[in-house]
Amino acid sequence: MDYDQARWTEGARYEPLLAEKSTCEVDVADGPLPDDLTRDSLELPDLSEPELARHYTRLAQMNYGVESGPIPLGSCTMKYNPSFTEDVAAHPKAAVHPDRPDQSVQGTLELCHRLQDYLARIGGMDAVTLQPPAGAAGEFTGIQIAKAYHEHNGADRSSVVIPDSAHGTNFATAAMAGYHVVELPSDDDGRVDVDALEAAVDEDTAALMLTNPNTLGLFERDIEAIADVVHDAGGLLYYDGANLNALLGRARPGDMGFDVMHYNVHKTFATPHGGGGPGAGPVGVTEELASFLPRPHVRRETGAEGEAGAGTTGFEYYDPAHSIGKVHGFYGNWPVLVKAFAYIARLGDSGLRDTSAKAVLNANYLAEQIPYDVPFGPFHHEFVASAGDQDAADVAKGMLDHGVHPPTTKWPEIVDEALMTEPTESESKRSLDHLAAAFDAVAGEADGTLADAPTRSTARRIDQVGAARDPQLCWQRLDRSDFGN
Amino acid sequence: MSDSGPPTTGSPYVPHSPAETQAMLDAVGVDDVEALFDVPDSVAFDGDLGIDARSEQAVRTEIAALLGHNADLTEFLGRGHYGHYVPSLVEDLSRRSEFLTSYTQYQPEVDQGFLQALFEYQSLLVELTGLDVANCSMYDDATALGEAATLSQRVRSVSGDRILVPEHLRDGKRAVLENYVDGPGCSVASYPMDDGCVDVEALAAAMAEDVAMVYAETPTARGVVEERAGAVGDLADEHDALFCLGTDPVAMALLERPADVGADVVVGDAATLGTGTAYGFGLGLFATREEYLRQVPGRLVGASEDAAGQRAYTLTLQTREQHIRKERATSNICTNQAWVALRAAMHAAWLGPDGLVDLAEDCVTRPRDLAARLDEVVGLQAPVHDRHHFREFVAHVDQPARVVVEDLAREGYGVHAVGDHRIQVCATAQPPQREAGFVETIAEVA
Repeated sequence: MDYDQARWTEGARYEPLLAEKSTCEVDVADGPLPDDLTRDSLELPDLSEPELARHYTRLAQMNYGVESGPIPLGSCTMKYNPSFTEDVAAHPKAAVHPDRPDQSVQGTLELCHRLQDYLARIGGMDAVTLQPPAGAAGEFTGIQIAKAYHEHNGADRSSVVIPDSAHGTNFATAAMAGYHVVELPSDDDGRVDVDALEAAVDEDTAALMLTNPNTLGLFERDIEAIADVVHDAGGLLYYDGANLNALLGRARPGDMGFDVMHYNVHKTFATPHGGGGPGAGPVGVTEELASFLPRPHVRRETGAEGEAGAGTTGFEYYDPAHSIGKVHGFYGNWPVLVKAFAYIARLGDSGLRDTSAKAVLNANYLAEQIPYDVPFGPFHHEFVASAGDQDAADVAKGMLDHGVHPPTTKWPEIVDEALMTEPTESESKRSLDHLAAAFDAVAGEADGTLADAPTRSTARRIDQVGAARDPQLCWQRLDRSDFGN
Repeated sequence: MSDSGPPTTGSPYVPHSPAETQAMLDAVGVDDVEALFDVPDSVAFDGDLGIDARSEQAVRTEIAALLGHNADLTEFLGRGHYGHYVPSLVEDLSRRSEFLTSYTQYQPEVDQGFLQALFEYQSLLVELTGLDVANCSMYDDATALGEAATLSQRVRSVSGDRILVPEHLRDGKRAVLENYVDGPGCSVASYPMDDGCVDVEALAAAMAEDVAMVYAETPTARGVVEERAGAVGDLADEHDALFCLGTDPVAMALLERPADVGADVVVGDAATLGTGTAYGFGLGLFATREEYLRQVPGRLVGASEDAAGQRAYTLTLQTREQHIRKERATSNICTNQAWVALRAAMHAAWLGPDGLVDLAEDCVTRPRDLAARLDEVVGLQAPVHDRHHFREFVAHVDQPARVVVEDLAREGYGVHAVGDHRIQVCATAQPPQREAGFVETIAEVA
């Protein structure tokens, strides 16, 4: 399969910036406010709608999404996003103001309640909040819940234990919540070393943050022993939901002993990632932690016996007794949650189980086909290959010329020149064979030839060092001599 | 089959034929896919989740029926979430799958389109704020404010752990701020307001060496145009505290430039462009001065050059970010609101400078006119604050506000109750022609 990405050029640049096409400076004086309260003028691009339509169409053409081809980025779960969830989320009655009284948004609240219930079932959790607007915000919510729980019990705990293979967000989240991070080295099999964990955990441990299967695609088989070690020390077990796709309908964090977890709906439940968000990061907890959830929380309300409205049911917001407060100004990324609900309802039990089956089959099949060394195993939904003598970044740029998006590179750091690959369930055998062929072709490249790659993408290799050394972060600060008019 | 879609005995989004599945199992060397699951029996789940699979059409019908339980309400609601009209161009082009289904731009050579759109978004905010640097999004205004507070902890030259905020602050913002500063161990305290604007003398009295950041808003939570932002900036400057100003892109098109009133950081919700009413779904705006560049949270897009000598864009200064710096990152943010930022940039481009200024002027004249009409209603005085307003205003009602709000809701209109005898009305969320019915109705219930 040959592939060339669209490329619109004009002079020494790709599609010009809007401001390079036309700007207009508007005088803001003489408006409805006194001059001392207003700015003097405003200069912005000034183009007609047809020109804008063409601009953004060209930009879209110079961009790569899941409908352009596979994006096997490890730990990102970039699966196909069905179109119909966009349609249902665009329903006019979904577009309501967040300050409406509960009675006038019963449909919205019931949908939230149903999604909370679905997620609780999938995670084996007792209660779920939908408020965190992304996975990292979910982590922050979960760690704040753990902190509030310990404080409520009079415990002063200062550290969070995190394996060296964990997502960077885990470390950043723990630090943001004011915790000292204890990094846990992986064992020779790429998993948590229970002895090392015992040594790392003590009366200061607030929580262990764990991804299972971990970022190497390996299931932590000793999870019950891990849970015992953490719980015996009085800590809580936090589940990073980034890799939940591998376990749908087959294993549940709650059953493994996790006390608190987040879900990445933009990964597991196919809500589009939108070039970097929005996502949503609902958090599930055990009964013991439910009173610490962010406020407000949605519950089903039943009219009390003997009172007006007895026997009728509705939905309402309430503030959990020991709530950590809020993690989003309103109730989270609502439109994303509607899409997640639609996706889960479409799949049901059988679809969820089929998802994890094919995600795991695809990863293991692809791992068999590629020419690079794949340490550890057996794999769940992803694997980490080592590019060995090749630079993983060069391998990635080489793969771009084969019409595929490359894996996550150089991470986790415990594998040399890591190529962290997660094909997801939505790639066909034909697509996986093409991915394997791209790996093969790039692995066969002689030393140095990959330094020229990519040649068929919109842009050639970009000078990222230069971009960081001399940051140019807006059109106002670009060299004006570049401007076309 | 009368229903739509393939049978739901598995995932409809899995492309494998039985023959392909078998060929792959053979290649892997197992008889059954279950053999690939390395999950101990003791924690394996073999139960039923009890979630029925439905056809696409059935799900669509179900969600429409659920949302049908939402009342028809003509919303005169604001207080941080606004329903400006979003042009079709934005709806249509932002949904192109190359934008919608793409990932964070870790391979910039194939994601030039999104990177350029985000660069244009950052540029829009630089022009509007007058500051040097804008990131390409936070979750919402509340989380952006939280990030500003933690930034103030990192950059302030002397130690300080107090964040000052106006007494008129939406609870959601304050609660999120308190969560964000819990880790660094800061406290949040409020300073008084005077007829809807900052009480500068009271603020001056509250200033001390332990203040790390002073936050003010324009428009305020009560819809008042803040007339004393410059004085707040001066006070912050005198005490080596950061001045963080909360606002939004529509307001900035008309009001004094944040840079000109001494703002060190600008936060707010940029979802006033490009999103419309979406149950509090936001777009956190974050801009600051060049000297804090390396302490900025979140993603930054920069212009560079590719091997062909063409200008090209890339994520840059990533050593601030969690995936590189881990616990020493400036923030834990990873997934942000990139697609919402794309929509805001598209909406601003569609409006152009004239259109954006016109929209901002409507946000002044429409509440002014509506307040004047309500002021003529018996039992109502509007606006409460003798100030200029933006989008919304507070009105006094002789009846208990709760009763007025409930009566209005029964008649199909939504306003906020913000005090025992105060309601807040947003005039820009609805087409102007809806205002006549609203005024008639409130005259009956107030």
